Amino acid sequence: MLLMAELVIAAFILGGAFFLLVGSFGLAKLPDTMRRLHGPTKSTTLGIGCLLIASMIHFLAERGAPSVHELLITLFLFLTAPVSAHMIAKAHILLDRPARRALPDTGQGDGWATLAAPSRTAGETAGRTRQRAV
Amino acid sequence: MRRRLLPHPLLTATIALVWVFLTNDVSPASAILGLAVGIVVPLLTRAWWPQRPALRWPLAVAEYMAIVLWDIVVSNVQVAWLVLFRRGRSLRSRFVSVPLDLTSPEAITALAGTITMTPGTLTADVSADRRALLVHCLDTADPDATAAGIKHRYERRLKRIFE
Repeated sequence: MLLMAELVIAAFILGGAFFLLVGSFGLAKLPDTMRRLHGPTKSTTLGIGCLLIASMIHFLAERGAPSVHELLITLFLFLTAPVSAHMIAKAHILLDRPARRALPDTGQGDGWATLAAPSRTAGETAGRTRQRAV
Repeated sequence: MRRRLLPHPLLTATIALVWVFLTNDVSPASAILGLAVGIVVPLLTRAWWPQRPALRWPLAVAEYMAIVLWDIVVSNVQVAWLVLFRRGRSLRSRFVSVPLDLTSPEAITALAGTITMTPGTLTADVSADRRALLVHCLDTADPDATAAGIKHRYERRLKRIFE
């Protein structure tokens, strides 16, 4: 039984390490910023997810009581990874002129928020503040 | 009165649950402390979160989470494959504009996060009027099909949950 658990744990750790490695490799290998962002946002989530599952099984097998910290780590990772990726993408759009010109049209009257004039964004914020005051 | 004491019941429950998980100890003591934190924090932060986001259909939320988890696994394998066996320059990467039917900021945030976590796509920006998302695809042959897929698979379900 314990041997089974250890085999499963080992499999999850190896799988996790593989995806983490691929994510970092993608970060180093892919040619431009936007493509590079795909590596760390995806491969690492599954990689860390596998490691956390291994950790949960380990504590369940060893102590008989499941550890729930891992679920929280997963939750916070899912909340933070898209935000940091979004910030890097915004910085990229602002810094890279050719990339900015190559952006597709929004299909609406307004442009992309990152490139919008500050006054427009401020106006929207004011609109939301009014709702808040009610 | 209830609304003043508990502006965000869902947030209260979430904070209490996270607290119990953080202490790693399921006991009345940690539950009560968690509830206390869960009641105080929404009261203090009420000014920054004026509307109560409505979550309908709890089952739909569970279904959505299951679908997203499955897609994360699939997307990891796909991206790993692309990273390992394709030359970087040969990937047909491009930006796609996805028009939005969702209107509530919470729903759009959830959709943007989902897109970042799932197959070969990444949210880069939202339009100033919040009616389109700028999505970067790692490798796509048909950008319109990608956008339609996002709308059908995720946005439709989020619309049911949030609006």
